[in-house]
Amino acid sequence: MSSTKTADLLPDARSPGGGGTSPVPARRRSWRQSLRRDWQLYTLAVVPLVFFAVFRYLPMIGNVIAFRQFEPGGSVFGDHWVGLEYIRMFLNDPTFWDVFTNTLVLGLLTLVVCFPMPIILALLLNELRNRYAKRIVQSVSYLPHFLSVVIVAGIVMEFLAADGSVNSALHAVGHAPILFLQQPGWFRSVYVSSELWQTVGWGTILYLAALTSIDQDLYEAARIDGANRWQQTWHVTLPGIRPTMITLLILNIGTFMSIGFEKIMLLYNPLTYSTADVVSTYLYRMGVVSNNFSYAAAIGLFESLIGLVLIVSANKISRRTLGTSLW
Amino acid sequence: MVGRPTRGYRVFQVCNTIILTLVVVATLYPLVNIVARSFSGEGYINAGQVNLIPRGFNIKTYKAVLHDSTFWTDYGNTVLYTVVGTAISLVLTTCYAYVLSKRNLRGRTFLVGVAVFTMFFSGGLIPNYLLISGLGMRNTIWSLVLPNAISVFNLLVMKSFFEGMPTELEEAAAIDGLSTYGTLLRIVLPLSKAVIATMTLFYAVSFWNSWFGAFLYLDRPNLFPVTLYLRNLIAGASGTGSVGFTGSDAAQAAANIQSVTIVLTTIPILAVYPFVQRYFVSGVMIGAVKG
Repeated sequence: MSSTKTADLLPDARSPGGGGTSPVPARRRSWRQSLRRDWQLYTLAVVPLVFFAVFRYLPMIGNVIAFRQFEPGGSVFGDHWVGLEYIRMFLNDPTFWDVFTNTLVLGLLTLVVCFPMPIILALLLNELRNRYAKRIVQSVSYLPHFLSVVIVAGIVMEFLAADGSVNSALHAVGHAPILFLQQPGWFRSVYVSSELWQTVGWGTILYLAALTSIDQDLYEAARIDGANRWQQTWHVTLPGIRPTMITLLILNIGTFMSIGFEKIMLLYNPLTYSTADVVSTYLYRMGVVSNNFSYAAAIGLFESLIGLVLIVSANKISRRTLGTSLW
Repeated sequence: MVGRPTRGYRVFQVCNTIILTLVVVATLYPLVNIVARSFSGEGYINAGQVNLIPRGFNIKTYKAVLHDSTFWTDYGNTVLYTVVGTAISLVLTTCYAYVLSKRNLRGRTFLVGVAVFTMFFSGGLIPNYLLISGLGMRNTIWSLVLPNAISVFNLLVMKSFFEGMPTELEEAAAIDGLSTYGTLLRIVLPLSKAVIATMTLFYAVSFWNSWFGAFLYLDRPNLFPVTLYLRNLIAGASGTGSVGFTGSDAAQAAANIQSVTIVLTTIPILAVYPFVQRYFVSGVMIGAVKG
């Protein structure tokens, strides 16, 4: 299913000027004819294209400051070339490698927990016979998705505060209170659980849709072959939702590096930097707080490139081994 | 499903019901807890005795926050940013999605590629920050609404929807001498109410919930959205003093001003949520319909 989706989402490899080998269809119009015929359509694209040029592509070009000296008040693109100086600087910066490791650990933990859970929840929901109960569980579990990350962070803080619910439960079993948000050892658990709380329900939507599209005859056939419930799930249901799983996995891997920036910004503090500080928060402090724009831009460029490499390679591996890919 | 359920399956059904009930409880517990705290007295809160039901019922903090003019200014700002941002986003997204939905348009592949590439590679925080500052948009509404005017995900949802419309209608409109603009306005949009409602909600929620742009680009407190008001409260950047408390009220506020503000900020979302939830789900579905 995702192969058709992506054929649609992503540009065709045989774009004009890209291939050249495919014979030009006889009815293909020249640019001049197309413009004359469709000029009104093209005018509708002008403002959106300006948007993409200014707010998406200009910042990409703006990354040249990673290789240039930036003077406050000077050009947005920096003032003179310094080559790879800033790249060398962060590669030799031990803090950078600390936050890099934190990013990988946190990203991996989030992936391991927050990727499979919606699948499990969707399978459980699918087994629920009572439609009314199913609707209630769905409506409730989608809700946190719509809350601002500020509200989620606020709820986490209240919930884990010294006088909060968790600590009163600990008190009830005779445990001393734990200051969760002040201890580096707790940060990852807090982050991943709050992420799970917010995303697990919403994450089931696509799986539930995929589940309803599985051909019921397959179950019938499996039953005739003597498959029990568990075997039906394993041999019919899971293969049925596999393309959805792979598509979402690839997309998750692509956002690995930029993980949870806003929530970490809200939840971390200098006491928990040793586990909570990630690449994006570090470059925020380096750039916006300390005004080392070029240095921070060099780190940011590195981060974006890794993201791109991750998604491209995840896609390639998936296409080679599983035959499903985004493009 | 046909067939007599086995004993193992019945056991599974019971476990399943229990697990799903726990999911519901775990999802709602923190929310109910916040509401309970917001209505509780400071003595009970500080002693960690508030769970699901308010104890020492108290609305002093609500009164104080609702009398705080900064809170209302910021709430108004959020509404303004949401309305303006959503309007701009809708117009731009609709126009571009309509263009992209024309399969025979020359250069369509390029136009799609321009948008989709930005999903996988972005300029990053620092160049964006320098650009917005360089354009002189700091401390204006534009620093919040323009950089997020088109969400590529929403764009693709809308494009899929337009692609699914019958082409005959538009061809008939063209034969009747309607221009492209006329066709879009009078034929296509009236038939797209469902997807427009979905897009409105997607954009409105994302503008309503956003805080980081404001945190980066706004320095004047009278421009802050309410999410930033809340953020400063939980980050301790502005204490209870700013709301004008004295004596015992100050202690009360210190105990639950965060819960109160969280509740007041969440109410609009909760109020519309039951009615609009299905539009969100349908939006995700349209986006994935090809998948």
